[in-house]
Amino acid sequence: MSAGVSVRDLRFAYPAGRDRAPAVLDGVSFEVAAGERVAVLGPNGAGKTTLMLQLNGILSPTSGSVSIGGTVVSRETVREIRRRVGLVFQDPDDQLFMPTVGEDVAFGPANFGIGGDELDARVASALERVGLEDAASRPPQHLSLGQRRRAAIATILSMDVEVVVLDEPTSNLDPSARRELSATLGALPATVLVVTHDLPYALELCPRALVLDGGRIVADGPTRELLADAGFMAAHGLELPWGFDPLNAPDRR
Amino acid sequence: MAGSAWRHRPGDSLLHRASPRGKLIALVVFAAVVVATPREWLAAFAVYAVVVIGMLAVARIPLATVLRRMAIEVPFLVFAVLLPFIATGPRTDVGPLSLSIEGLWGAWGLLVKATLAVLASVVLVSTTEPRRIVLALESLRLPRQLTSIMAFMLRYLDVIVGETARMRTARESRGFVARGPRSWGVLAKGLSASFVRSHARGERVHLAMLARGYSDGAP
Repeated sequence: MSAGVSVRDLRFAYPAGRDRAPAVLDGVSFEVAAGERVAVLGPNGAGKTTLMLQLNGILSPTSGSVSIGGTVVSRETVREIRRRVGLVFQDPDDQLFMPTVGEDVAFGPANFGIGGDELDARVASALERVGLEDAASRPPQHLSLGQRRRAAIATILSMDVEVVVLDEPTSNLDPSARRELSATLGALPATVLVVTHDLPYALELCPRALVLDGGRIVADGPTRELLADAGFMAAHGLELPWGFDPLNAPDRR
Repeated sequence: MAGSAWRHRPGDSLLHRASPRGKLIALVVFAAVVVATPREWLAAFAVYAVVVIGMLAVARIPLATVLRRMAIEVPFLVFAVLLPFIATGPRTDVGPLSLSIEGLWGAWGLLVKATLAVLASVVLVSTTEPRRIVLALESLRLPRQLTSIMAFMLRYLDVIVGETARMRTARESRGFVARGPRSWGVLAKGLSASFVRSHARGERVHLAMLARGYSDGAP
């Protein structure tokens, strides 16, 4: 199952003291269709993480709106929204806080009132989808970083979410862990938004990309075309790794 | 690694297999009985000591482990040693020292009761996985906030210990040697950095919990 994401003229500033805080998001609008995979690119401080926290109501907009599958995110709908939108945070140690991986995968659905056999079935299937069938009873600190990141994704899958938002999923992963992660993400039926600095990964996984800079969307289009536009990339502080040519990179296997 | 920070000793003795809840209740009852026993009943204390040492032997806990864990008792020991000198009342002469009789009894009582209770706790923590102790406390209806704090501590102890160790390595690779009071400033700053990081991590963990539908106070 998947749902579309619609963000309309979203503005947000973190509360500050006497000085007026600058807007972190300054009129962001975009639409993502159900089942689409979209990369959110942008330099550090562009507002990517703030945008991510808006998508399931952890932060609320100063003005403008976010809606998921037609439901506007608000104080009344926040619970339903959190069941439908899963966030995968950058550091899996922030997400995996229970003593064992299995209990952590059960945490989300249990919060939404699922228990008994159905809960067990969801935990088993979520762990199987990320290739960690045997890890249910292991403490998270005994897993490798790549395994922990996949376990963090399983904690979202068990909630049967319709939208998955990942913050820097490839940071600090070695190439084989990266490949396993992209197999996991590529097979998700949900709408996927990937917030990342890893441009080759964005190209591999997401046909479409949004570029956020200074709190605004400065580009929205096919990932390959955006990455190939050297002038645009330089203007927004995005750099490709040395030797990487987006026009000659193969399509996803 | 969890094992290294906590030093729980896996094993298969009778005590390892006993229910954590039962062991916990037994520990509390034992400590209460020891504390309530008048300090003059020397025979009773001998019996308690035999029981505790017997349990340590059954669980096959090495002497070194027991001694290391008893370090927590040191502040009480210091106080016990001071008691005969500072207490009032009739005094007796031992060599060149004049000691208060009341103080001597006080020191004995404190020492024997604290030692027995600490030894019994060593039996519990050495034979029970820390996580099971928390579950046992939960099943005994301890407030959820308290057991949650303990569970979080168990989960993040290793993360924080690892972070602190990496910070130390980074300091030392830039030529810092912790020696004497002049290095205390640096160590204190390192400690406050760990504190700030742990606090920030706590906030991120809380955000990640909220994102999965956790609401404060709900089960």
